Amino acid sequence: MAFNGTDRIVKAIHETAALLEEKGYDNIKIMDFCGTHEHTIVWNGLRSLMPENVELVAGPGCPVCVTPAFYVDQAIKLALEGVRVYTYGDMYHLPGSARPGSGEPRSLSEAKALGGEVVVVYSLLEAIKHARENTGDSVFIAVGFETTAPSTASAVVNNRLPQNLKILNVHRLTPPIMRYTFEKHRENPIRGVIAPGHVSTIVGARAWKFIPEEYGIPTVVAGFEAYDVLIAILLILRMLYKNKPGLVNEYSRAVSWEGNRAAQKLLEDCCEVNDALWRGLGYVPASGLAFREKYKWADAAVEYGIKEPTPEEWTYDLPPGCRCAEVTLGLAKPTDCPLFLKVCTPGTPYGPCMVSVEGACSVWARFGEGGVAEKLARELGL
Amino acid sequence: MCLGLPGKVVEVRPDGVAIVEYSGGLRSEADARTVDNVKPGDVVIVHAGIIISVIDEEEAKRQLEFLEEFISDLERKAEQLLP
Repeated sequence: MAFNGTDRIVKAIHETAALLEEKGYDNIKIMDFCGTHEHTIVWNGLRSLMPENVELVAGPGCPVCVTPAFYVDQAIKLALEGVRVYTYGDMYHLPGSARPGSGEPRSLSEAKALGGEVVVVYSLLEAIKHARENTGDSVFIAVGFETTAPSTASAVVNNRLPQNLKILNVHRLTPPIMRYTFEKHRENPIRGVIAPGHVSTIVGARAWKFIPEEYGIPTVVAGFEAYDVLIAILLILRMLYKNKPGLVNEYSRAVSWEGNRAAQKLLEDCCEVNDALWRGLGYVPASGLAFREKYKWADAAVEYGIKEPTPEEWTYDLPPGCRCAEVTLGLAKPTDCPLFLKVCTPGTPYGPCMVSVEGACSVWARFGEGGVAEKLARELGL
Repeated sequence: MCLGLPGKVVEVRPDGVAIVEYSGGLRSEADARTVDNVKPGDVVIVHAGIIISVIDEEEAKRQLEFLEEFISDLERKAEQLLP
């Protein structure tokens, strides 16, 4: 089932943008907060369909990209000490704090090459199955936003974990990083928000009420088809034009106002909110999830004495020259980074945003956004 | 990372794990305790081995109708603005 008529939406976007131009809106920044939305935008060439005064900006939508180097280092250490490490594929090549050429393993894939036992899994269920069938201590690195966190919560609360499997909890929350991002864009404010569709299945559309109410920014919860994103852009522009910032749930086939109560209950039971580290950014208040006291038995941090650095101890954890922090916040485009597609490529990623398939740099590099495709075509004489 | 794949629930086992079939016939396990009232035949979205949402097919139809109406309305308005 899909909407046939994306050309009509694009036409309406152009008409509304022209009306806004007359009102003085010459740069309308609309931000997405989900790597999958960024993928939809790039894959379908939606940026090239936008009027001149509408700019689509990729925001913090990739949990792998913001996973602190500290946790990668800890996982590498565990793997080399003989603990089996389970990871999502996206994390496998994520660099820790070791510099290229230093001789130290930079990622879990390099730890595996050095003899560490690292197993890539699609889900925590898979890790549980594997840990049951294989003896020896093991750790699962649990990254992800609210969409992924219920998988951890369900396994812990429903007592699915075998004795030999602990969880390194690096889950992060999206509303706090949105607030953080809005503040960073104060000088040239964000005019519209495409709210993350699958995070919203869990937290509900209501979680984004604060954006129009407190920041006056039109917000649309959107699905992941090209027409979903286009209609979100159109709705944002219409709200701007009418000067009535509101919240619309365009992805109502999957997202309810209240969200997924079962998952919310699991999260509430399992975890409490804490201040948490974000890669390249440092501590963001109330943006992480930590196991509650009664579930500390599942916590790899407790089992292996892993203590997150304090705000005073934390040091900037991106490799030299890498602009991932700015790219993550939408303050720079991937193409603004001097390393992009030079020393940092999808085959040999240097910074975290090039590692995850949902990182803005990886999406832009693989699908030719920001003039990359045109440049390549020119070089090839096409 | 928050990629979600739609599939159809084939079975919900007593341990709260569902078997979900995806387009192309692939079947795999997904945690069904992460959502209320899921049953065989439901179309669901699966992310990282958990069911995050049950698709409301009626709502999907309603939304497409709304889109059609919304765009047609804008087109009518745009026409009125033309000289």
